[in-house]
Amino acid sequence: MLSRRIIPCLDVRDGRVVKGVNFAGLRDAGDPAELAARYESEGADELALLDVSATTDNRATALDCVRAVRRTLGIPLTVGGGVRSVDDALRLLDAGADKIAVNSAAVSRPELIAECAARFGAQCVVVAIDARHMEGAWRVMVRSGSNASGRDAVQWAVHSQSLGAGEILLTSWDRDGTRSGYDLDLIRSVASAVSIPVIASGGAAGPEDLLRAVQCGAEAVLAASIFHDRQFQISEVKEFLRQHQVEVRL
Amino acid sequence: MNSHEVVIVRTGSANLASVQAAFDRLRIRTLVSDDPSEIDRAHLLVLPGVGAFGPAMASLERRGLVSLLQSRVKDDRPTLAICLGLQLLCEASEESPGIGGLGLISGAAQRFAADVRIPQMGWNKVEVQEARVLRSGAMYFANSYRLIDPPPGWTAAVTNYGGPFVSAIERGNVVACQFHPELSGREGLDMLWRWLEVSAEAVTC
Repeated sequence: MLSRRIIPCLDVRDGRVVKGVNFAGLRDAGDPAELAARYESEGADELALLDVSATTDNRATALDCVRAVRRTLGIPLTVGGGVRSVDDALRLLDAGADKIAVNSAAVSRPELIAECAARFGAQCVVVAIDARHMEGAWRVMVRSGSNASGRDAVQWAVHSQSLGAGEILLTSWDRDGTRSGYDLDLIRSVASAVSIPVIASGGAAGPEDLLRAVQCGAEAVLAASIFHDRQFQISEVKEFLRQHQVEVRL
Repeated sequence: MNSHEVVIVRTGSANLASVQAAFDRLRIRTLVSDDPSEIDRAHLLVLPGVGAFGPAMASLERRGLVSLLQSRVKDDRPTLAICLGLQLLCEASEESPGIGGLGLISGAAQRFAADVRIPQMGWNKVEVQEARVLRSGAMYFANSYRLIDPPPGWTAAVTNYGGPFVSAIERGNVVACQFHPELSGREGLDMLWRWLEVSAEAVTC
């Protein structure tokens, strides 16, 4: 049986891991390669690295960061942040990424998903969706969560799948960094609308939240701050899930 | 070229950096190449592969590597095929109808049944008995297609995802795995090391 995955996330800015609340108020949380190695040894199933400040200027810094992480990391690495073209994706893959997460650029030009899937295969293309609860539905936020796009998050997930996405990285804009639990209704809505795996993200405060996300249909759970601060070890979270009959890799 | 060097076939769209990084961690030098003569001379060859079956076969044909890979596997020269690499050894794939594979193992790759999430993404249990390189354990998969029936003449590892499928095969010095050993942590590295050891024995005999 396929195990549910625990994915620590490194939000990286200028080569350092940072963490903020609702995409703002960033603080330093360590060296990416060091944290990556620590998470692998603690039992992480994958690692996500999101460059939250990705611009043309710091592209070289981001690539160096991916290379440094790849040298130490023996598990899959998803990299996102500022991917606007197949060439951007190719540079990250060459630097050591295994999967590419696309976000804002795909919202404004959905063909980017199809282009990446055709070139690298669906299993390589993660569509990251930042969803904000508004008027009884979820809206897709873009530009690191600063702008509403007008797209409906559930419909966008379905459309992404039809364009060739291999996975949805679903972040609750409302819960991100707040430690108030994942948005379970959002996870349930998206997971039941698509047949590709959904990674739940945004709001985890402890093992119970990860369990609930899995029970609502998430194939994988992503968390940042609860692991950075050593509040919980990945191994103890997995043990908790196993005790609740969730298949995990121990 | 050093005989202890692993040559990785540049298939155009694979995560070569991860494969290289894994061998780096084993202190094994790698050379990425699509040059037929370099690939033919290689004692240790890795055929990686992500992406689609049709374009990958077209890329092998364009680079003049098809017959070379076929005779290499038939001659039992040390070869490791990863992920799509396993499917390329088959006769065909449902992913690209009408396109022939390398035809080294019988059967065609088929898409997973619709009652599971596709792609299969993550760690799954591999089970195998009495193999030289393969071992039972959790390995990392990222695939939408798979081979169902174990090919005759090969030792097969089996994994379950909406039903059993062939997660790896080995015969002599040739190993093909649907999972990614380069992304399967310690167990993956151990598997790569065992393949290197088995292949090293092949030199001295």
